[in-house]
Amino acid sequence: MLADAARGFLDQAAPAAHLRRLRDSGQTQDRALWSEMAAMGWAGVLVPEEAGGSDMGHAAACALAGEMGKTLVASPFLSTAVIAATALRQVSDARAGQALARIASGEVTYALAIDEGAKFAPEATQMQARAEGNGFRLNGEKRFVVDGANAKRLLVLARTDAGLTLFDLPADRDGIIREGQAMIDSRDAARIAFADVVATGEDVLGQVDDAMTVLAPALRAGQAALAAEMAGLAAGAFGMTVEYLKERKQFGVPIGAFQALQHRAAHLWCECEVTASAILNAGRMLDEDPDNAALAVSLAKARATDTAQRAVQEGVQMHGGIGMTDAFDMGFYMKRARVGAEWLGDYGYHANIVAQARGF
Amino acid sequence: MAEEDRAIAAFRDELRAWLEANCPAEMRDGRNDEASICWGGKNWNFTSEAQRTWLQRCVSKGYTVPTWPIEYGGAGLSRDQEKVFHQEMHRLNARYPLQSFGIWMLGPALLHFGTHEQKLHYLPPIARGEIRWCQGYSEPVAGSDLANVQSRAEDKGDHWLVNGQKIWTSYADQADWIFALLRTDREAPKHKGISFILLDMTSPGVTTRPIKLISGASPFCETFFDDVQVPREQVVGEVNRGWDVAKYLLTHEREMISAAGGTMGSGRALGAVLADSGSTDTVLRADAMRAEVDGLAVALTLERYKDQADAGQGAGDASAMLKYMGTELNKRNLELVMAAGGSDALIWEDGRAPNWLRTKANSIEGGTSEVMLSIISKRVLGLPG
Repeated sequence: MLADAARGFLDQAAPAAHLRRLRDSGQTQDRALWSEMAAMGWAGVLVPEEAGGSDMGHAAACALAGEMGKTLVASPFLSTAVIAATALRQVSDARAGQALARIASGEVTYALAIDEGAKFAPEATQMQARAEGNGFRLNGEKRFVVDGANAKRLLVLARTDAGLTLFDLPADRDGIIREGQAMIDSRDAARIAFADVVATGEDVLGQVDDAMTVLAPALRAGQAALAAEMAGLAAGAFGMTVEYLKERKQFGVPIGAFQALQHRAAHLWCECEVTASAILNAGRMLDEDPDNAALAVSLAKARATDTAQRAVQEGVQMHGGIGMTDAFDMGFYMKRARVGAEWLGDYGYHANIVAQARGF
Repeated sequence: MAEEDRAIAAFRDELRAWLEANCPAEMRDGRNDEASICWGGKNWNFTSEAQRTWLQRCVSKGYTVPTWPIEYGGAGLSRDQEKVFHQEMHRLNARYPLQSFGIWMLGPALLHFGTHEQKLHYLPPIARGEIRWCQGYSEPVAGSDLANVQSRAEDKGDHWLVNGQKIWTSYADQADWIFALLRTDREAPKHKGISFILLDMTSPGVTTRPIKLISGASPFCETFFDDVQVPREQVVGEVNRGWDVAKYLLTHEREMISAAGGTMGSGRALGAVLADSGSTDTVLRADAMRAEVDGLAVALTLERYKDQADAGQGAGDASAMLKYMGTELNKRNLELVMAAGGSDALIWEDGRAPNWLRTKANSIEGGTSEVMLSIISKRVLGLPG
């Protein structure tokens, strides 16, 4: 199975210690690792075969994201292979095909620049793309651009005359100023200023004033894969915790012999299992009935957010003092869970979508 | 369309037409509460002519137990067909024609452990709603420690002589037969001296006494056995190996109880309940949203495990998870229903309070939540002790 093969590779190439090494050397991504992932077809997981992709679908993308989550693999997988690839697939022109090919080969990485405030709210985008001649002039600032400091290209959401428009720009275009932020999860996120950035009609992805036709499917794909990553993160943290309960002795017995901890661990396992069902469902819906997948995706993101946060909190508590130390990995899981909780919509954002779909 | 898909589509068309033609209008209200369920049995009084007609028509097609083999009264449906069956029933808002412990619990155990003769003898009357079964498991000294049952069946050559007491026997006062865990070897370790025995409730020496509960209803009974003679062949599985049957049956019971977790007591989505209440309470809405998120995910988990069971991977110990999550969710949902109902829901006649109170037993019956968590921690997680 794909997940087993991915696990085998990642245990060697990118265990949790890999993220620690990156952090300690002041880096947020590993170019060589991404090249290897591309060679295995992961970068092209959602790219059509004619563009050099492996075209394995969203369930497979979620399976890969889940395995990456287990060991906190830092890579541009979600931004590039899932979100940008899905956006580009909504557009059927030669340029989009070439862009997809460059994603699949690992040559180009993307970042999605949406957020302007501290919360995910794409519809509230204020950044201006003022029409000028045959093109546009972009002014404004984007925050929490995940993978934005390393990316070669940016998908930028901006307000045009009669709606929102999505631009596909090279990250080094004149007027784009990127500032990497030191994030709690040791991963790449940037603040990006746009000062009179010139964009042409060719830079528009999809139609002017109609970003959501392209962006909405990309967001759903990204949210599902992020949910899968967080479910994997929960499983990884939970696995460490159960092992510790079997090893750590106090009062002369393994602490896992105490019912107070057994029941909390068992409850956490139940939460992980229930969330796994929501993830599988989201991947299946995106593959089989993408137009009606919104409920399934938000359900997965809400559940995964909740479960991951529970898993890391219980993980630290059950590990005791060692769980609080930087030398131990659980803190990395806790910090990534917090970042994942916010990215692409928090629990409340997605629970609201579920409730609206269910009639309240 | 693949051949398989075409076959399913054809099955759906045929089933839909049959349901449209045969389900009486009165049976299309989707109700699934105590007052509308058809439990069947010799003592059953149909609440309406429509309920009787609906049962008879479904019996003729095997639709009371759609997945059982045809020779035992079922329709022999595959898992995919079963899904379609439930979808089409739901589409028509049809009531289920018959519900019983025979269908949910004894049937699956007999299909797994029974002899061919036992299956032929006991299963068709369950499918036809002619015999109503109850479950003789718990005893005053055997609750969570179920294997501590003390009621005895002594080997008297051609028959068993049964003495003892059961408690929390659901609907024992209305049941025709009981399946009971009885001690047949008092010397053996407690799990290895129990047999799974079937008894006719009209046998001399069987008496029942209903227990009034906080909901005002008396679904549970005490059941007494006083020198009851039981024919020798009424043991399911091997003598003294009844614990195996008991455990297998419990996994089905737990799945049955957890299945109630995906819906409200009234069978409606939480959102509809809130909308009807006209409540503008944002805290209540937030609680309901969380419950809805969890409820949908638990329902997906039930489906996932059913699919796995169909692929040959039994839910096994995971049924403890389904039972635990489903019942805790159900309790939570009914708390929300009561909160949404305000003072209206506090009047007995309103009907919400008995449902709310009934759910409190969900996390006790069939193994408490704490027993479920202990099963998971030991068997799934491998924690010591």
